[in-house]
Amino acid sequence: MKVRAQFALVFNLDKCIGCHTCSVTCKNVWTNRKGVEYAWFNNVESKPGVGYPKQWENQEVWNGGWEMKDGKIQLKSGSKLERLLNIFANPDMPEIDDYYEPFTFDYAHLQKTPLLEATPTARPRSLIDGTRMEKITWGPNWEDDLAGEADKRMVDVNMAKIDKEMYAQFENTFHMYLPRMCNHCLNPSCVAACPSGSIYKREEDGIVLVDQDKCRGWRMCISSCPYKKVYYNWESGKAEKCIGCYPRVESGMPTICSESCVGRIRYNGIMLYDADKIEAMASKENEQDLYQAQLDIFLDPNDPEVIKQARLDGVPEDWIIAAQKSPIYKMAIDWKIAFPMHPEFRTLPMVWYVPPLSPVQSQIDQGNLPVGPDGAIPRGDTMRLPVQYLANLLTAGKEAPIRSALNRLIAMRSYQRSIHVEGKADTRALEAAGITEEQAMEMYRYLAIANYEDRFVIPTGHAEVSLEDFYSFQGQNGFTFGNDSSAGISANSLFPERRKQTVDSLQEAPSADERP
Amino acid sequence: MDLHKLIFGVYPYVALVVFFLGSWIRFDKEQYTWKSDSSQLLSKKYMRMASNLFHVGIIAIFFGHMAGLLTPHAIFGTLGVSDMTHQWVAILAGAVFGGLCLIGGVTLWLRRMLNVRVRAASRWMDINILGWLMLTLMLGLSTLPVSIGHAHENNAGVMIVLAEWAQSIVYLHPNPDLLLSVDMVYKIHIFFGMSVFLFFPFTRLVHVWSAPFGYLFRAYQIVRAKRVRV
Repeated sequence: MKVRAQFALVFNLDKCIGCHTCSVTCKNVWTNRKGVEYAWFNNVESKPGVGYPKQWENQEVWNGGWEMKDGKIQLKSGSKLERLLNIFANPDMPEIDDYYEPFTFDYAHLQKTPLLEATPTARPRSLIDGTRMEKITWGPNWEDDLAGEADKRMVDVNMAKIDKEMYAQFENTFHMYLPRMCNHCLNPSCVAACPSGSIYKREEDGIVLVDQDKCRGWRMCISSCPYKKVYYNWESGKAEKCIGCYPRVESGMPTICSESCVGRIRYNGIMLYDADKIEAMASKENEQDLYQAQLDIFLDPNDPEVIKQARLDGVPEDWIIAAQKSPIYKMAIDWKIAFPMHPEFRTLPMVWYVPPLSPVQSQIDQGNLPVGPDGAIPRGDTMRLPVQYLANLLTAGKEAPIRSALNRLIAMRSYQRSIHVEGKADTRALEAAGITEEQAMEMYRYLAIANYEDRFVIPTGHAEVSLEDFYSFQGQNGFTFGNDSSAGISANSLFPERRKQTVDSLQEAPSADERP
Repeated sequence: MDLHKLIFGVYPYVALVVFFLGSWIRFDKEQYTWKSDSSQLLSKKYMRMASNLFHVGIIAIFFGHMAGLLTPHAIFGTLGVSDMTHQWVAILAGAVFGGLCLIGGVTLWLRRMLNVRVRAASRWMDINILGWLMLTLMLGLSTLPVSIGHAHENNAGVMIVLAEWAQSIVYLHPNPDLLLSVDMVYKIHIFFGMSVFLFFPFTRLVHVWSAPFGYLFRAYQIVRAKRVRV
């Protein structure tokens, strides 16, 4: 057993309203720069849909993630040698149009244009080449709220084994939001695919980072990440990805996407896992066993044996306590209501999802839906969202765990309803769903109330262990004899003038067209 | 000192010093700029064909030059490779890989010039260095008829002189006089080729140093610890 701590997240999709606050705060903080305008470390998709970039989930197109080959786990894009042979032109590399061509608008035109009879307009302009874009044909969230034709959205791979015709009809249509970010996987395929070895997982918290100095732009990570969450900065020529807001997390603060989530759907916490089991668990032959395999990797932070080994492996004491109070552990292990997205990619992702319930109140009121014993709350498997769809998304198609989770979420509601409406606790639904009253109360506290301190249990990083001599460090932070505190820019450089760092363009906004 | 001595006696050392020292300083001080600088994200069209042809061709040509020019003459003798065989191998390999490289490289250069997105993201040096490589390559290819002429006359003299000159540079006793009698086209090609080394550290070519063979021998996963191990 080798105990490692992992910073992990759970997104409670039942409460996601698709407001994109997470995406916008993330973009403002991390990717509001030239070269990554098109990159959204965090984005929210409307499902069913092809998503961003188009069809990212379809690994027949992108060859991302891992696969089993002759009983051994291997990157789906081929062996190491095959990848090196493809290094001159990565055949699986997405093109900018698979994401979207980044654009701005001629805002200055609105202010600078002379008096006109017609209202001036701000027309779009490409942020790559500065040319006029006559029409914007795709964006990071083009399918927002099921926009566009059903046929195009039904290409979604999660619609496998589902009657597309039926769900394409307006009366039967269903919809959910899917916020996505880097999963900071336990078995990351981006790390495994990097020829220069510049991507790494941090031992302390499991956050996956790209060493910007070591990255050589071989771009194998871009295609090998099955979630398409590593981006190529076309200005700097380096790979960039979600950094798990590590400067915040190290200070005990939640990631900016989690902090700003108005629906309080995001949970941050620590999970302890057995690093020795990664390969074996990611190599389960049957895809549908991978969800259970990942559960088996996690360690019980209250087990004295685990605590002993964790201390030996250098997990700090406050991290062990954080793991014991982890909201992630409660949802993933205790209640089994959270699931990893697409476990069949075999990367062991560490952003987990509570499936949405999609209740249809008017249908219940009209008596069209079967309800539970309380006569008011619908049964878990009668929701508008097909269970198969959620299973394809979260458990490689295995319906039983999803069904159980939905039933537990419903049972918790039924139980609370009995307390607040009937005035006396009715535990029949709880018993049927296999949870205790105590658990239901706790689920209510974490899912419905979702207080800040319950959602975010983040121990601070231990900077002192990374310093060889912290006495001499005192008093000189930011001042050294090297280049530590400078951005490394000098006016007279031997080296290419641009791209020393990714800075925003300082050019003025384009002027209004001059009128003769 | 006349121009000939300057170009074939001094310039090679200027180029080599800048090549090694420049690469070293850039790696040391400006590693963020050390990259292949791929534009594949902006446009995939032609990339698979052109980039592979270009790279395969240029790598073969580079190692062909190294082996052909820097192997001491005596070793070819020991290996039983006659001068005429050597010359024909050089001509054929040069023609084949040079041709592949030319098709790929010119396609890449045209893509860089004509594709609006790639052009917009190109630096001055990206366009220039590829253009310079193509000029060098075309000069190299235009030595072929001359070399074939020599081969038909059963005369490997020029080839041997070129190799001796290259070796004189490497062994640090430069002998530019060796090249006095060599056809002009070789001399221009050599000048252009040496200049590639001079420009090298200031271009995206530095990614050549980082060819990731180590990848074949490392474990898939990489974990970095901040903790100081005592």
